[in-house]
Amino acid sequence: MDDILLLETIERYLNGEMNNEERTYFDTLRKNTPEIDQMVVEHSMFLHQMDYYVAHTNIKHTLQKTHRNLLDRGDLNEGGELSTKGKVIQFWNRYKKVTAIAASVGGVIALFISGLAVYFSSAVTDPKLEQLGKDLEAVKKSQLYQGSIINEVKSKIPLNARLLSGGSGFLIDTKGFIITNAHILRGTGAVVVNSKGKEFNASIVHLDHEKDLAILKINDGEYMPLKSIPYQIQKNNADLGEEIFTLGYPRNDIVYGMGYLSAKTGYNGDPISYQIQISANPGNSGGPVFNKNGEVIGILSTKQAQAEGVAFAVKSNNIYAIVEDLKKSDTSFLKLKLPTKSSLKGVERKAQIKKVEDYVYYVKAYGK
Amino acid sequence: MIIFFEKNILVGFWVTFIPLTVLNEQIVKGDTNEQVLLIGLANNDSKAIETIYKDNFNMVQSFILNNNGSYDDARDIFQEAVIALYEKAQTESFVLTCQIKTYLYSICRRLWLKRLQQMGKYSRKIETVEDTVAVEEDLEAHEKRNAEFIIMDRALNSLGEPCKSLLEGYYLKKMNMAKLAEDFGYTNADNAKTQKYKCLMRLKKLFFSQYNIGE
Repeated sequence: MDDILLLETIERYLNGEMNNEERTYFDTLRKNTPEIDQMVVEHSMFLHQMDYYVAHTNIKHTLQKTHRNLLDRGDLNEGGELSTKGKVIQFWNRYKKVTAIAASVGGVIALFISGLAVYFSSAVTDPKLEQLGKDLEAVKKSQLYQGSIINEVKSKIPLNARLLSGGSGFLIDTKGFIITNAHILRGTGAVVVNSKGKEFNASIVHLDHEKDLAILKINDGEYMPLKSIPYQIQKNNADLGEEIFTLGYPRNDIVYGMGYLSAKTGYNGDPISYQIQISANPGNSGGPVFNKNGEVIGILSTKQAQAEGVAFAVKSNNIYAIVEDLKKSDTSFLKLKLPTKSSLKGVERKAQIKKVEDYVYYVKAYGK
Repeated sequence: MIIFFEKNILVGFWVTFIPLTVLNEQIVKGDTNEQVLLIGLANNDSKAIETIYKDNFNMVQSFILNNNGSYDDARDIFQEAVIALYEKAQTESFVLTCQIKTYLYSICRRLWLKRLQQMGKYSRKIETVEDTVAVEEDLEAHEKRNAEFIIMDRALNSLGEPCKSLLEGYYLKKMNMAKLAEDFGYTNADNAKTQKYKCLMRLKKLFFSQYNIGE
Protein backbone atom coordinates (compact mmCIF):
# COMPACT_ATOMS: atom_id res chain seq x y z
CA MET A 1 0.00 0.00 0.00
CA ASP A 2 2.83 2.38 0.86
CA ASP A 3 4.48 1.61 -2.45
CA ILE A 4 1.32 2.58 -4.26
CA LEU A 5 1.07 5.86 -2.40
CA LEU A 6 4.69 6.60 -3.19
CA LEU A 7 4.22 5.78 -6.85
CA GLU A 8 1.16 7.96 -7.05
CA THR A 9 3.05 10.81 -5.43
CA ILE A 10 5.96 10.43 -7.82
CA GLU A 11 3.62 10.40 -10.77
CA ARG A 12 1.91 13.58 -9.59
CA TYR A 13 5.32 15.14 -9.07
CA LEU A 14 6.48 14.25 -12.56
CA ASN A 15 3.25 15.41 -14.15
CA GLY A 16 3.53 18.76 -12.36
CA GLU A 17 0.28 18.24 -10.49
CA MET A 18 1.66 19.32 -7.11
CA ASN A 19 1.21 22.73 -5.57
CA ASN A 20 4.27 24.79 -4.63
CA GLU A 21 4.38 23.81 -0.99
CA GLU A 22 4.04 20.11 -1.74
CA ARG A 23 6.62 20.38 -4.44
CA THR A 24 9.19 22.04 -2.22
CA TYR A 25 8.60 19.39 0.42
CA PHE A 26 9.01 16.60 -2.09
CA ASP A 27 12.17 18.17 -3.52
CA THR A 28 13.73 18.15 -0.06
CA LEU A 29 12.61 14.57 0.43
CA ARG A 30 14.31 13.64 -2.84
CA LYS A 31 17.51 15.38 -1.82
CA ASN A 32 17.65 13.63 1.54
CA THR A 33 16.50 10.16 0.50
CA PRO A 34 18.59 8.64 -2.28
CA GLU A 35 16.12 5.74 -2.64
CA ILE A 36 13.28 8.09 -3.45
CA ASP A 37 15.48 10.10 -5.76
CA GLN A 38 16.34 6.89 -7.58
CA MET A 39 12.67 5.92 -7.82
CA VAL A 40 11.80 9.30 -9.33
CA VAL A 41 14.53 8.97 -11.94
CA GLU A 42 13.51 5.42 -12.74
CA HIS A 43 9.85 6.26 -12.99
CA SER A 44 10.48 9.27 -15.17
CA MET A 45 12.46 7.10 -17.53
CA PHE A 46 9.74 4.49 -17.50
CA LEU A 47 7.06 7.04 -18.33
CA HIS A 48 9.18 8.19 -21.27
CA GLN A 49 9.35 4.63 -22.45
CA MET A 50 5.57 4.42 -22.20
CA ASP A 51 5.28 7.59 -24.27
CA TYR A 52 7.56 6.14 -26.95
CA TYR A 53 5.51 3.01 -26.92
CA VAL A 54 2.26 4.91 -27.37
CA ALA A 55 3.69 7.04 -30.18
CA HIS A 56 5.16 4.01 -31.93
CA THR A 57 1.86 2.14 -31.70
CA ASN A 58 -0.06 5.10 -33.08
CA ILE A 59 2.22 5.66 -36.04
CA LYS A 60 2.07 1.96 -36.87
CA HIS A 61 -1.72 2.15 -36.95
CA THR A 62 -1.65 5.18 -39.20
CA LEU A 63 0.75 3.48 -41.60
CA GLN A 64 -1.33 0.33 -41.83
CA LYS A 65 -4.45 2.37 -42.43
CA THR A 66 -2.75 4.52 -45.07
CA HIS A 67 -1.50 1.44 -46.84
CA ARG A 68 -4.99 -0.05 -46.97
CA ASN A 69 -6.57 3.20 -48.14
CA LEU A 70 -4.07 3.69 -50.92
CA LEU A 71 -4.45 0.08 -51.97
CA ASP A 72 -8.22 0.44 -52.14
CA ARG A 73 -7.95 3.58 -54.22
CA GLY A 74 -5.57 1.92 -56.63
CA ASP A 75 -2.68 4.24 -55.83
CA LEU A 76 -0.66 1.22 -54.80
CA ASN A 77 -0.54 -2.09 -56.54
CA GLU A 78 0.27 -5.41 -54.95
CA GLY A 79 -0.09 -7.72 -57.91
CA GLY A 80 -2.38 -7.59 -60.93
CA GLU A 81 -5.71 -8.62 -59.50
CA LEU A 82 -6.39 -5.37 -57.72
CA SER A 83 -5.94 -2.98 -60.60
CA THR A 84 -9.50 -3.16 -61.96
CA LYS A 85 -10.93 -2.71 -58.51
CA GLY A 86 -8.61 0.25 -58.19
CA LYS A 87 -9.97 1.84 -61.32
CA VAL A 88 -13.56 1.44 -60.22
CA ILE A 89 -12.77 3.01 -56.91
CA GLN A 90 -10.87 5.85 -58.53
CA PHE A 91 -13.98 6.50 -60.58
CA TRP A 92 -16.01 6.52 -57.41
CA ASN A 93 -13.62 8.91 -55.79
CA ARG A 94 -13.91 11.32 -58.62
CA TYR A 95 -17.68 11.46 -58.54
CA LYS A 96 -18.73 10.41 -55.08
CA LYS A 97 -16.39 12.09 -52.68
CA VAL A 98 -19.03 12.04 -49.95
CA THR A 99 -19.35 8.28 -50.24
CA ALA A 100 -15.62 7.93 -49.92
CA ILE A 101 -15.66 9.98 -46.75
CA ALA A 102 -18.48 7.92 -45.33
CA ALA A 103 -16.60 4.76 -46.22
CA SER A 104 -13.45 5.98 -44.55
CA VAL A 105 -15.45 6.83 -41.44
CA GLY A 106 -16.68 3.26 -41.59
CA GLY A 107 -13.08 2.17 -41.91
CA VAL A 108 -12.12 4.15 -38.83
CA ILE A 109 -14.94 2.58 -36.86
CA ALA A 110 -13.94 -0.86 -38.08
CA LEU A 111 -10.37 -0.15 -37.01
CA PHE A 112 -11.55 1.03 -33.65
CA ILE A 113 -13.61 -2.09 -33.16
CA SER A 114 -10.81 -4.38 -34.25
CA GLY A 115 -8.55 -2.40 -31.90
CA LEU A 116 -10.99 -3.07 -29.09
CA ALA A 117 -11.08 -6.73 -30.00
CA VAL A 118 -7.30 -6.83 -29.77
CA TYR A 119 -7.28 -5.03 -26.42
CA PHE A 120 -9.75 -7.34 -24.84
CA SER A 121 -8.44 -10.54 -26.32
CA SER A 122 -6.64 -13.29 -24.48
CA ALA A 123 -3.74 -12.93 -22.10
CA VAL A 124 -1.33 -15.45 -23.62
CA THR A 125 1.35 -13.41 -25.30
CA ASP A 126 3.59 -15.87 -26.99
CA PRO A 127 2.21 -16.74 -30.42
CA LYS A 128 3.60 -20.19 -29.99
CA LEU A 129 1.23 -20.86 -27.10
CA GLU A 130 -2.47 -21.35 -27.48
CA GLN A 131 -4.86 -21.04 -24.62
CA LEU A 132 -7.30 -23.85 -24.57
CA GLY A 133 -10.34 -21.74 -23.70
CA LYS A 134 -12.86 -21.89 -26.49
CA ASP A 135 -13.39 -18.66 -28.32
CA LEU A 136 -16.69 -17.05 -29.02
CA GLU A 137 -17.14 -18.61 -32.46
CA ALA A 138 -16.59 -22.12 -31.25
CA VAL A 139 -18.90 -21.63 -28.33
CA LYS A 140 -21.54 -20.12 -30.59
CA LYS A 141 -21.41 -23.22 -32.71
CA SER A 142 -21.78 -25.47 -29.74
CA GLN A 143 -24.63 -23.37 -28.46
CA LEU A 144 -26.46 -23.89 -31.72
CA TYR A 145 -25.87 -27.57 -31.38
CA GLN A 146 -27.09 -27.48 -27.83
CA GLY A 147 -30.13 -25.52 -28.80
CA SER A 148 -31.17 -28.37 -31.02
CA ILE A 149 -31.23 -30.94 -28.26
CA ILE A 150 -31.91 -29.00 -25.08
CA ASN A 151 -34.56 -26.40 -24.60
CA GLU A 152 -32.77 -23.06 -25.08
CA VAL A 153 -34.95 -21.33 -22.48
CA LYS A 154 -33.20 -23.31 -19.80
CA SER A 155 -29.94 -21.39 -20.23
CA LYS A 156 -29.05 -19.38 -17.18
CA ILE A 157 -26.95 -16.86 -19.04
CA PRO A 158 -28.64 -13.45 -18.62
CA LEU A 159 -30.64 -12.42 -21.67
CA ASN A 160 -28.66 -9.27 -22.39
CA ALA A 161 -25.26 -10.99 -22.01
CA ARG A 162 -23.15 -12.67 -24.65
CA LEU A 163 -21.19 -15.85 -24.31
CA LEU A 164 -17.52 -14.96 -24.47
CA SER A 165 -15.55 -18.12 -23.87
CA GLY A 166 -15.74 -21.59 -22.47
CA GLY A 167 -13.54 -24.17 -20.84
CA SER A 168 -13.48 -26.76 -18.10
CA GLY A 169 -13.24 -26.70 -14.33
CA PHE A 170 -13.53 -29.09 -11.41
CA LEU A 171 -14.82 -29.12 -7.85
CA ILE A 172 -12.37 -28.58 -5.02
CA ASP A 173 -15.02 -28.40 -2.32
CA THR A 174 -18.48 -29.97 -2.42
CA LYS A 175 -19.97 -26.67 -1.21
CA GLY A 176 -19.66 -25.65 -4.85
CA PHE A 177 -16.14 -24.29 -5.23
CA ILE A 178 -14.72 -24.89 -8.70
CA ILE A 179 -11.20 -24.27 -9.88
CA THR A 180 -10.53 -23.27 -13.47
CA ASN A 181 -8.17 -21.14 -15.60
CA ALA A 182 -8.29 -17.37 -15.21
CA HIS A 183 -7.97 -16.84 -18.98
CA ILE A 184 -11.32 -18.52 -19.60
CA LEU A 185 -13.16 -15.95 -17.50
CA ARG A 186 -13.13 -13.04 -19.88
CA GLY A 187 -16.47 -11.50 -19.03
CA THR A 188 -18.36 -10.52 -15.94
CA GLY A 189 -19.90 -13.83 -14.87
CA ALA A 190 -20.07 -17.53 -15.52
CA VAL A 191 -22.37 -20.49 -15.57
CA VAL A 192 -21.16 -24.03 -15.06
CA VAL A 193 -22.63 -27.16 -16.58
CA ASN A 194 -22.21 -30.62 -15.09
CA SER A 195 -21.63 -33.82 -17.05
CA LYS A 196 -25.39 -34.40 -17.23
CA GLY A 197 -25.92 -31.07 -19.01
CA LYS A 198 -27.45 -29.23 -16.07
CA GLU A 199 -26.56 -25.55 -15.77
CA PHE A 200 -25.83 -23.66 -12.55
CA ASN A 201 -25.16 -19.99 -11.88
CA ALA A 202 -21.71 -19.32 -10.52
CA SER A 203 -19.80 -16.28 -9.38
CA ILE A 204 -16.12 -15.54 -9.79
CA VAL A 205 -14.68 -15.34 -6.27
CA HIS A 206 -10.98 -15.25 -7.05
CA LEU A 207 -8.81 -14.53 -10.07
CA ASP A 208 -5.05 -14.91 -10.29
CA HIS A 209 -3.77 -14.08 -13.75
CA GLU A 210 -0.16 -14.74 -12.86
CA LYS A 211 -0.88 -18.36 -12.02
CA ASP A 212 -3.72 -18.37 -14.57
CA LEU A 213 -6.06 -19.83 -11.97
CA ALA A 214 -9.51 -18.81 -10.80
CA ILE A 215 -12.05 -20.00 -8.24
CA LEU A 216 -15.76 -20.04 -8.98
CA LYS A 217 -18.53 -20.59 -6.47
CA ILE A 218 -21.82 -22.15 -7.53
CA ASN A 219 -24.61 -19.91 -6.28
CA ASP A 220 -27.69 -21.76 -7.33
CA GLY A 221 -30.64 -23.08 -5.34
CA GLU A 222 -30.80 -26.07 -7.62
CA TYR A 223 -27.28 -27.17 -6.81
CA MET A 224 -27.26 -30.25 -4.63
CA PRO A 225 -23.88 -30.72 -2.96
CA LEU A 226 -22.36 -34.01 -4.05
CA LYS A 227 -20.96 -36.40 -1.52
CA SER A 228 -17.28 -36.16 -0.75
CA ILE A 229 -14.85 -35.51 -3.58
CA PRO A 230 -13.17 -38.76 -4.71
CA TYR A 231 -9.82 -37.22 -5.64
CA GLN A 232 -7.19 -35.47 -3.56
CA ILE A 233 -5.02 -32.62 -4.74
CA GLN A 234 -1.31 -33.35 -4.71
CA LYS A 235 0.95 -31.06 -2.76
CA ASN A 236 4.21 -32.54 -4.00
CA ASN A 237 5.58 -32.37 -7.49
CA ALA A 238 4.76 -35.21 -9.85
CA ASP A 239 7.47 -37.33 -11.44
CA LEU A 240 8.70 -37.37 -14.99
CA GLY A 241 7.11 -40.09 -17.07
CA GLU A 242 4.09 -40.43 -14.81
CA GLU A 243 1.00 -41.61 -16.63
CA ILE A 244 -1.71 -38.96 -16.59
CA PHE A 245 -5.27 -38.50 -17.77
CA THR A 246 -7.65 -35.61 -18.12
CA LEU A 247 -11.35 -34.91 -18.47
CA GLY A 248 -12.73 -31.78 -20.07
CA TYR A 249 -15.19 -30.16 -22.40
CA PRO A 250 -13.72 -29.47 -25.82
CA ARG A 251 -17.27 -30.32 -26.96
CA ASN A 252 -20.56 -30.35 -25.13
CA ASP A 253 -19.92 -33.87 -23.88
CA ILE A 254 -17.20 -34.67 -21.44
CA VAL A 255 -14.07 -36.02 -23.18
CA TYR A 256 -11.32 -38.23 -21.79
CA GLY A 257 -7.67 -38.04 -22.81
CA MET A 258 -4.49 -39.68 -21.59
CA GLY A 259 -0.76 -39.09 -21.83
CA TYR A 260 2.32 -38.66 -19.70
CA LEU A 261 4.28 -36.00 -17.84
CA SER A 262 7.12 -34.95 -20.13
CA ALA A 263 8.89 -32.16 -18.21
CA LYS A 264 8.87 -30.67 -14.75
CA THR A 265 8.70 -27.13 -16.06
CA GLY A 266 6.38 -25.42 -18.49
CA TYR A 267 6.98 -23.32 -21.57
CA ASN A 268 10.42 -21.66 -21.52
CA GLY A 269 11.21 -23.24 -18.17
CA ASP A 270 8.19 -21.73 -16.43
CA PRO A 271 8.44 -23.22 -12.91
CA ILE A 272 4.74 -23.07 -12.04
CA SER A 273 3.68 -25.57 -14.68
CA TYR A 274 4.46 -28.98 -16.14
CA GLN A 275 4.85 -29.95 -19.75
CA ILE A 276 2.64 -32.88 -20.60
CA GLN A 277 2.13 -34.97 -23.68
CA ILE A 278 -1.57 -35.22 -24.31
CA SER A 279 -4.01 -34.37 -27.04
CA ALA A 280 -5.78 -31.23 -25.87
CA ASN A 281 -8.21 -28.95 -27.65
CA PRO A 282 -9.81 -25.56 -27.07
CA GLY A 283 -12.24 -26.15 -24.21
CA ASN A 284 -9.87 -28.43 -22.29
CA SER A 285 -8.49 -25.40 -20.46
CA GLY A 286 -9.15 -25.52 -16.74
CA GLY A 287 -9.67 -29.29 -16.71
CA PRO A 288 -8.01 -31.50 -14.10
CA VAL A 289 -4.89 -33.54 -14.86
CA PHE A 290 -4.90 -36.74 -12.80
CA ASN A 291 -2.12 -39.22 -12.18
CA LYS A 292 -2.90 -42.91 -12.43
CA ASN A 293 -4.01 -43.02 -8.78
CA GLY A 294 -6.62 -40.39 -9.51
CA GLU A 295 -4.85 -37.58 -7.65
CA VAL A 296 -5.00 -34.13 -9.23
CA ILE A 297 -1.48 -33.08 -10.24
CA GLY A 298 -2.35 -30.07 -12.37
CA ILE A 299 -4.78 -27.88 -14.28
CA LEU A 300 -4.55 -28.09 -18.07
CA SER A 301 -4.01 -24.57 -19.39
CA THR A 302 -2.18 -24.08 -22.68
CA LYS A 303 -0.70 -25.99 -25.57
CA GLN A 304 2.17 -25.26 -27.90
CA ALA A 305 0.85 -24.11 -31.25
CA GLN A 306 3.40 -25.69 -33.55
CA ALA A 307 4.02 -28.94 -31.75
CA GLU A 308 1.36 -31.62 -31.77
CA GLY A 309 0.41 -33.01 -28.39
CA VAL A 310 2.59 -30.69 -26.31
CA ALA A 311 0.50 -29.09 -23.57
CA PHE A 312 1.11 -27.35 -20.27
CA ALA A 313 -0.59 -27.76 -16.92
CA VAL A 314 -0.39 -25.47 -13.90
CA LYS A 315 1.02 -27.49 -10.97
CA SER A 316 -1.52 -28.55 -8.37
CA ASN A 317 0.35 -27.01 -5.42
CA ASN A 318 -0.72 -23.63 -6.84
CA ILE A 319 -4.29 -24.56 -5.93
CA TYR A 320 -3.26 -24.60 -2.27
CA ALA A 321 -1.57 -21.25 -2.75
CA ILE A 322 -4.56 -19.51 -4.29
CA VAL A 323 -7.00 -20.98 -1.78
CA GLU A 324 -4.79 -19.51 0.94
CA ASP A 325 -4.83 -16.16 -0.90
CA LEU A 326 -8.60 -16.29 -1.08
CA LYS A 327 -8.96 -17.05 2.62
CA LYS A 328 -6.66 -14.20 3.45
CA SER A 329 -8.54 -11.72 1.30
CA ASP A 330 -12.00 -12.75 2.47
CA THR A 331 -12.59 -14.52 5.78
CA SER A 332 -16.00 -15.76 4.66
CA PHE A 333 -14.15 -18.43 2.68
CA LEU A 334 -12.42 -19.92 5.71
CA LYS A 335 -14.77 -22.88 5.47
CA LEU A 336 -13.34 -23.88 2.12
CA LYS A 337 -11.60 -27.22 2.56
CA LEU A 338 -9.63 -28.98 -0.11
CA PRO A 339 -10.16 -32.74 -0.44
CA THR A 340 -7.41 -34.74 1.22
CA LYS A 341 -8.42 -38.33 0.57
CA SER A 342 -8.42 -40.17 -2.69
CA SER A 343 -10.68 -43.18 -3.16
CA LEU A 344 -9.43 -43.92 -6.64
CA LYS A 345 -6.15 -45.71 -6.01
CA GLY A 346 -5.95 -49.12 -7.61
CA VAL A 347 -9.33 -48.67 -9.27
CA GLU A 348 -9.73 -49.52 -12.95
CA ARG A 349 -9.64 -46.47 -15.26
CA LYS A 350 -13.26 -46.80 -16.43
CA ALA A 351 -14.45 -46.90 -12.84
CA GLN A 352 -12.19 -43.94 -11.96
CA ILE A 353 -13.75 -41.88 -14.73
CA LYS A 354 -17.27 -42.79 -13.64
CA LYS A 355 -16.47 -41.62 -10.13
CA VAL A 356 -14.80 -38.42 -11.26
CA GLU A 357 -16.90 -37.17 -14.17
CA ASP A 358 -19.65 -35.66 -12.00
CA TYR A 359 -17.07 -33.37 -10.45
CA VAL A 360 -15.80 -31.93 -13.72
CA TYR A 361 -17.76 -28.99 -15.08
CA TYR A 362 -18.13 -27.13 -18.34
CA VAL A 363 -17.44 -23.44 -17.60
CA LYS A 364 -19.05 -20.79 -19.78
CA ALA A 365 -18.07 -17.15 -19.30
CA TYR A 366 -20.35 -14.39 -20.41
CA GLY A 367 -20.29 -10.59 -20.52
CA LYS A 368 -22.05 -7.69 -22.15
CA MET B 1 9.60 -6.85 -37.31
CA ILE B 2 13.14 -8.09 -36.88
CA ILE B 3 15.75 -6.81 -34.45
CA PHE B 4 19.31 -6.93 -35.60
CA PHE B 5 21.88 -7.50 -32.99
CA GLU B 6 24.92 -8.32 -35.01
CA LYS B 7 27.41 -5.65 -35.88
CA ASN B 8 27.27 -4.23 -39.34
CA ILE B 9 29.77 -5.58 -41.82
CA LEU B 10 29.06 -3.19 -44.61
CA VAL B 11 30.09 0.11 -43.06
CA GLY B 12 32.93 0.58 -45.49
CA PHE B 13 30.51 0.23 -48.31
CA TRP B 14 28.70 3.38 -47.29
CA VAL B 15 31.67 5.64 -46.92
CA THR B 16 31.78 6.05 -50.66
CA PHE B 17 28.36 7.65 -50.63
CA ILE B 18 28.98 10.27 -48.01
CA PRO B 19 29.78 13.12 -50.39
CA LEU B 20 26.23 12.89 -51.67
CA THR B 21 24.98 14.07 -48.32
CA VAL B 22 26.67 17.40 -48.74
CA LEU B 23 25.42 17.70 -52.25
CA ASN B 24 21.84 17.11 -51.28
CA GLU B 25 22.04 19.51 -48.39
CA GLN B 26 22.51 22.38 -50.78
CA ILE B 27 19.63 21.33 -52.92
CA VAL B 28 17.06 20.70 -50.23
CA LYS B 29 17.48 23.45 -47.67
CA GLY B 30 14.97 25.76 -49.20
CA ASP B 31 12.34 23.12 -49.78
CA THR B 32 9.51 24.22 -47.49
CA ASN B 33 7.11 21.66 -48.86
CA GLU B 34 9.22 18.83 -47.52
CA GLN B 35 9.54 20.60 -44.16
CA VAL B 36 5.76 20.80 -43.88
CA LEU B 37 5.47 17.10 -44.62
CA LEU B 38 8.05 16.23 -41.98
CA ILE B 39 6.30 18.33 -39.36
CA GLY B 40 3.08 16.56 -40.28
CA LEU B 41 4.80 13.20 -39.97
CA ALA B 42 6.20 14.10 -36.56
CA ASN B 43 2.64 14.83 -35.43
CA ASN B 44 1.22 11.62 -36.86
CA ASP B 45 -0.88 13.62 -39.31
CA SER B 46 -2.60 11.20 -41.65
CA LYS B 47 -2.66 13.61 -44.60
CA ALA B 48 1.09 14.15 -44.50
CA ILE B 49 1.74 10.46 -44.01
CA GLU B 50 -0.46 9.63 -46.97
CA THR B 51 1.47 12.04 -49.19
CA ILE B 52 4.80 10.60 -48.09
CA TYR B 53 3.45 7.11 -48.63
CA LYS B 54 2.08 7.86 -52.08
CA ASP B 55 5.20 9.65 -53.26
CA ASN B 56 7.69 7.03 -52.15
CA PHE B 57 6.18 3.61 -51.74
CA ASN B 58 6.23 2.53 -55.35
CA MET B 59 9.93 3.27 -55.69
CA VAL B 60 10.72 1.16 -52.63
CA GLN B 61 8.38 -1.58 -53.71
CA SER B 62 10.01 -1.97 -57.10
CA PHE B 63 13.44 -1.95 -55.48
CA ILE B 64 12.46 -4.76 -53.15
CA LEU B 65 10.59 -6.75 -55.78
CA ASN B 66 13.62 -6.50 -58.05
CA ASN B 67 15.85 -7.78 -55.28
CA ASN B 68 14.34 -11.05 -54.18
CA GLY B 69 11.55 -9.57 -52.06
CA SER B 70 7.78 -9.95 -51.91
CA TYR B 71 4.92 -7.44 -51.67
CA ASP B 72 4.76 -8.10 -47.93
CA ASP B 73 8.49 -7.48 -47.55
CA ALA B 74 8.10 -4.18 -49.38
CA ARG B 75 5.32 -3.07 -47.04
CA ASP B 76 7.23 -4.10 -43.90
CA ILE B 77 10.46 -2.47 -44.96
CA PHE B 78 8.84 0.73 -46.17
CA GLN B 79 6.78 1.15 -43.01
CA GLU B 80 9.79 0.54 -40.84
CA ALA B 81 11.69 3.20 -42.77
CA VAL B 82 8.86 5.71 -42.28
CA ILE B 83 8.90 4.92 -38.56
CA ALA B 84 12.64 5.58 -38.50
CA LEU B 85 12.08 8.91 -40.24
CA TYR B 86 9.27 9.68 -37.79
CA GLU B 87 11.58 9.04 -34.86
CA LYS B 88 14.22 11.26 -36.42
CA ALA B 89 11.68 14.00 -37.10
CA GLN B 90 10.76 14.04 -33.44
CA THR B 91 14.22 14.70 -32.07
CA GLU B 92 14.93 18.30 -31.18
CA SER B 93 18.17 18.46 -33.11
CA PHE B 94 16.43 17.23 -36.22
CA VAL B 95 17.74 18.25 -39.61
CA LEU B 96 17.18 16.24 -42.72
CA THR B 97 20.09 16.90 -44.98
CA CYS B 98 18.57 15.31 -48.04
CA GLN B 99 15.24 14.77 -49.72
CA ILE B 100 12.70 12.56 -48.00
CA LYS B 101 12.84 10.31 -51.03
CA THR B 102 16.59 9.82 -50.79
CA TYR B 103 16.43 9.26 -47.07
CA LEU B 104 13.66 6.68 -47.20
CA TYR B 105 15.30 4.90 -50.08
CA SER B 106 18.61 4.74 -48.21
CA ILE B 107 17.01 3.36 -45.08
CA CYS B 108 15.00 0.79 -47.01
CA ARG B 109 18.02 -0.29 -48.96
CA ARG B 110 20.01 -0.70 -45.79
CA LEU B 111 17.22 -2.60 -44.00
CA TRP B 112 16.67 -4.83 -46.97
CA LEU B 113 20.37 -5.64 -47.33
CA LYS B 114 20.43 -6.65 -43.69
CA ARG B 115 17.40 -8.79 -44.06
CA LEU B 116 18.79 -10.49 -47.14
CA GLN B 117 21.98 -11.18 -45.27
CA GLN B 118 20.03 -12.69 -42.44
CA MET B 119 18.22 -14.96 -44.83
CA GLY B 120 21.56 -15.84 -46.39
CA LYS B 121 20.46 -14.50 -49.75
CA TYR B 122 22.76 -11.54 -50.00
CA SER B 123 24.30 -10.97 -53.39
CA ARG B 124 26.77 -8.24 -54.29
CA LYS B 125 24.86 -7.36 -57.38
CA ILE B 126 22.14 -5.51 -55.54
CA GLU B 127 20.40 -3.17 -57.87
CA THR B 128 20.75 0.52 -57.19
CA VAL B 129 18.98 3.16 -59.18
CA GLU B 130 18.67 6.03 -56.75
CA ASP B 131 21.08 8.17 -54.79
CA THR B 132 21.71 7.05 -51.25
CA VAL B 133 22.94 8.76 -48.09
CA ALA B 134 24.61 7.40 -44.97
CA VAL B 135 21.99 6.36 -42.49
CA GLU B 136 23.96 4.09 -40.19
CA GLU B 137 23.67 6.22 -37.06
CA ASP B 138 19.97 6.81 -37.56
CA LEU B 139 19.38 3.15 -38.07
CA GLU B 140 21.24 2.26 -34.94
CA ALA B 141 19.09 4.68 -32.98
CA HIS B 142 16.01 3.25 -34.64
CA GLU B 143 16.95 -0.31 -33.81
CA LYS B 144 17.48 0.61 -30.19
CA ARG B 145 14.04 2.21 -30.12
CA ASN B 146 12.58 -0.79 -31.81
CA ALA B 147 14.09 -3.15 -29.27
CA GLU B 148 12.64 -1.01 -26.48
CA PHE B 149 9.26 -1.07 -28.16
CA ILE B 150 9.35 -4.84 -28.34
CA ILE B 151 10.34 -5.15 -24.67
CA MET B 152 7.47 -2.90 -23.63
CA ASP B 153 5.08 -4.73 -25.92
CA ARG B 154 6.06 -8.08 -24.45
CA ALA B 155 5.89 -6.79 -20.89
CA LEU B 156 2.45 -5.33 -21.49
CA ASN B 157 1.22 -8.49 -23.13
CA SER B 158 2.44 -10.76 -20.38
CA LEU B 159 0.60 -8.76 -17.73
CA GLY B 160 -2.71 -10.47 -18.27
CA GLU B 161 -6.16 -9.00 -17.93
CA PRO B 162 -7.52 -6.75 -16.61
CA CYS B 163 -4.10 -5.15 -15.96
CA LYS B 164 -3.24 -4.83 -19.64
CA SER B 165 -6.49 -3.15 -20.65
CA LEU B 166 -6.49 -0.96 -17.57
CA LEU B 167 -3.01 0.39 -18.28
CA GLU B 168 -3.73 0.77 -21.97
CA GLY B 169 -6.91 2.64 -21.16
CA TYR B 170 -5.05 5.03 -18.89
CA TYR B 171 -1.72 5.52 -20.64
CA LEU B 172 -2.51 4.81 -24.30
CA LYS B 173 -6.05 6.00 -24.67
CA LYS B 174 -5.67 8.64 -21.95
CA MET B 175 -9.03 7.81 -20.43
CA ASN B 176 -9.73 9.26 -16.99
CA MET B 177 -9.97 7.11 -13.88
CA ALA B 178 -13.71 7.58 -13.36
CA LYS B 179 -14.48 6.39 -16.89
CA LEU B 180 -12.12 3.43 -16.53
CA ALA B 181 -13.65 2.45 -13.19
CA GLU B 182 -17.06 2.47 -14.85
CA ASP B 183 -15.92 0.46 -17.88
CA PHE B 184 -14.16 -2.18 -15.83
CA GLY B 185 -16.83 -2.38 -13.15
CA TYR B 186 -14.82 -1.09 -10.21
CA THR B 187 -17.04 0.38 -7.52
CA ASN B 188 -15.17 3.67 -7.51
CA ALA B 189 -12.31 5.53 -9.15
CA ASP B 190 -10.04 5.10 -6.12
CA ASN B 191 -10.18 1.32 -6.30
CA ALA B 192 -9.47 1.44 -10.01
CA LYS B 193 -6.55 3.76 -9.31
CA THR B 194 -5.06 1.44 -6.69
CA GLN B 195 -5.41 -1.43 -9.13
CA LYS B 196 -3.80 0.64 -11.85
CA TYR B 197 -0.78 1.35 -9.68
CA LYS B 198 -0.48 -2.31 -8.73
CA CYS B 199 -0.51 -3.20 -12.43
CA LEU B 200 1.97 -0.44 -13.17
CA MET B 201 4.39 -1.81 -10.60
CA ARG B 202 4.20 -5.23 -12.19
CA LEU B 203 4.70 -3.76 -15.65
CA LYS B 204 7.74 -1.82 -14.49
CA LYS B 205 9.24 -4.92 -12.98
CA LEU B 206 8.68 -6.91 -16.16
CA PHE B 207 9.98 -4.11 -18.34
CA PHE B 208 13.14 -3.42 -16.40
CA SER B 209 14.02 -7.08 -15.98
CA GLN B 210 14.21 -7.34 -19.78
CA TYR B 211 15.48 -3.83 -20.41
CA ASN B 212 18.52 -4.24 -18.20
CA ILE B 213 19.48 -7.49 -19.88
CA GLY B 214 19.40 -5.68 -23.21
CA GLU B 215 21.79 -2.97 -22.07
